[in-house]
Amino acid sequence: MYATNYHRASSVEDAVKLATANDETKYLAGGQTLLPTMKQRLAAPSDLVDLRHIASMKGISVNGGTIRIGAATPHADVANSKEVASACPGLAHLAAHIGDPHVRHMGTIGGSIANNDPAADYPAGLMALNATIVTNKRSISADDFFTGMFDTALEDGELVVAVEITAPSKCGYAKFPNPASRYAMTGVFVAKHGDGSVRVAVTGAGSDGVFRHEGMEQALASNFSAEALDSVTVDDADLMSDIHASSAYRANLVKVMARRAVAAAG
Amino acid sequence: MANVSMTVNGRSVSGQCEDRTLLVQFIRENLGLTGTHVGCDTSQCGACVVHVDGKAVKSCTMLAAQADGSEVVTIEGLASGGELHPVQAAFREHHGLQCGFCTPGMIMSAVDMIERHGGQLDEKTVRAELEGNICRCTGYHNIVKAVLDAASKMGDGAKVAAE
Repeated sequence: MYATNYHRASSVEDAVKLATANDETKYLAGGQTLLPTMKQRLAAPSDLVDLRHIASMKGISVNGGTIRIGAATPHADVANSKEVASACPGLAHLAAHIGDPHVRHMGTIGGSIANNDPAADYPAGLMALNATIVTNKRSISADDFFTGMFDTALEDGELVVAVEITAPSKCGYAKFPNPASRYAMTGVFVAKHGDGSVRVAVTGAGSDGVFRHEGMEQALASNFSAEALDSVTVDDADLMSDIHASSAYRANLVKVMARRAVAAAG
Repeated sequence: MANVSMTVNGRSVSGQCEDRTLLVQFIRENLGLTGTHVGCDTSQCGACVVHVDGKAVKSCTMLAAQADGSEVVTIEGLASGGELHPVQAAFREHHGLQCGFCTPGMIMSAVDMIERHGGQLDEKTVRAELEGNICRCTGYHNIVKAVLDAASKMGDGAKVAAE
């Protein structure tokens, strides 16, 4: 790892001030991606602003049908939250299957979505749940937030402070983990919303990161069952192809995982 | 340079290190506690697992500066008065190790797992919870047996591993 300067922020304002002082600065949330990347010298921020001690960015609250998760909340807290398990069980399941127990103790929802790894779990969950990403400046819909592989709508220095979700009537997540890394080789989150609409988001498969599949959404809106997906085709043209799986294999996985996600949603 | 103070195994310690110093380097090189191992150094193998503020974390994937002000427990902090911790004793009893390199991390993960799950521990849960700890010798079976035995001896009534 190249030399860097560590700063511990005490508030959102403090963090943003520290981050904008130098344009080579990065926010450090749980660090479970950033620190390994720095160790490999693939990233070399001059300064790190630690977000783990900002009280207002931590914790989960449920108000009516709205779930608010602070951006610095670790995956383990989302996985173990009784409120999340009851209001949005698919999201608790998703959080419980990120990485391993030690990674889940450190890694955060805000860090995961700000990084927008094309094989990360949370982007699929938040897109299917039609979440709102709250930053220090504005609120952004998940559809607008995730703009491509490792790319988001965040501007320089803009900080994700929380994520807000309206509890769906049903939801489920299924992923086929890479046998070594446990990242999603394909993961599908399915959510049926209060107005009857269905959103299906896919991670780990798209060549430009997380995406929604309209064909499956329409099929499930008229019949929310695994069988409804039988007649849907998944085009492999825009899917990733690598040493782990060809795009055709991933196209098949998208359908298989979608069926499992619908079954899990019940 | 960072001035870092923390409580390690109940003892207040402080030291100076570079901001980029990893917690595992601080523990091993500044404090001389070499029971915590560096295996892969790429956040995968779990040989470096310690407890920070009561939670198992990979100390190769945390800066020492991030742990400033924290309570840290390493493998050296488990035994008391020359008596092995129940998890350490179970690893010896069940031959839950061969070369022993992964063992500190395995034991710190097992203690964390037993504290979190208590009576809910069964073989399937133990195997899933060991996701972040890699052992290249044992095939895991004796490790799983040791964890379940320790959990039951710690009064949590976990189910006995399949023979």
